[in-house]
Amino acid sequence: MITEFFEHLFISNNRGSRNDVKRRLKLVLAHDRSTLNASTLEKMRKEILIVVSKYVELDTESLEFSIRTDSRMTALIANLPIRRILHSDENI
Amino acid sequence: MTRVIVITSGKGGVGKTTTTANLGMSLAQLGYQTALVDADIGLRNLDLLLGLENRVIYTALEVLSGECRLEQALIRDKRQPGLLLLPAAQNRNKDSITSDQMKYLISLMEKQYDYILIDCPAGIETGFHNAIGPASEAIVVTTPEIAAVRDADRVIGLLEANGIQKINLLINRLRPEMVKSNDMMSVSDVKEILAIPLIGVIPEDECVIISTNRGEPLVLEKKLSLPGIAFENTAYRLDGQHVDFIDFDSYSKGPLKRLRNFFLGSSIT
Repeated sequence: MITEFFEHLFISNNRGSRNDVKRRLKLVLAHDRSTLNASTLEKMRKEILIVVSKYVELDTESLEFSIRTDSRMTALIANLPIRRILHSDENI
Repeated sequence: MTRVIVITSGKGGVGKTTTTANLGMSLAQLGYQTALVDADIGLRNLDLLLGLENRVIYTALEVLSGECRLEQALIRDKRQPGLLLLPAAQNRNKDSITSDQMKYLISLMEKQYDYILIDCPAGIETGFHNAIGPASEAIVVTTPEIAAVRDADRVIGLLEANGIQKINLLINRLRPEMVKSNDMMSVSDVKEILAIPLIGVIPEDECVIISTNRGEPLVLEKKLSLPGIAFENTAYRLDGQHVDFIDFDSYSKGPLKRLRNFFLGSSIT
């Protein structure tokens, strides 16, 4: 077909690098924007768990802990499912 | 009230000085008393882009050392008397001026001008901190390229950390045909990533180099080029006026592209 011929003539075969650059940039910026490194994050995770475990029993299988960056905001996302509430006066 | 605006980018070569020259000239054409301050000590270029290099006698450093008065160092543009340039020293380095001295210089100039634009050097070291110190607003210049956008993001963070709240984005050297073929980030891609308000989009064009060759800012031309219009629109927006962004696709030219559009239409891309 003549349309296909012109498509071949004018449109390069690659899918375009725009999505590649966006993906790479978003990754590198997420890293740039969060000043916390992996070991600090791990240390913080452990300390937070110790504190929270004083009051509630956590479901240790499904804990979630991450740093997420959205536009200009970096947030610490923690999802700590509770198995049961501990009675504070007994445990502290 | 004087608006002190720093033009910065992090990465070099993205168009800070071109932006400073054209926005300054445009603001002066709008009737504002406008002063341009070259903060790139040791690598001054703003005088060249304005075609004022032969008129530099004194620089900011001589004003600070008391060798001359501020008025003697300021160069008034003959084409547009509302525009003045305070040149940077060329034979010194960036450490030859302190942040306090820079603030002092700008404080001397305030009140006399409606706009003071500070052309920031590349990088995020001393020169950068000196340049942003006196500013209450910033224009971050970037191109739709990975390194420039990353550096812009870093600079935005530093500006915010230094208490500059009003930060606008200018995207320079956009190539609409590359965006169309999915080989360049679009304006909205960059805007989404950097998440600051957009004040201008300048298309890549040979005429920018020609204007710097001649030392005549684009906005001085009688019949404005597309980047000239884009710079002028940016100045209007800076002045608080609402101007729609240009749809560069409707300006696409060239026989090959027209042939392509004829056969394939625009829906293909």
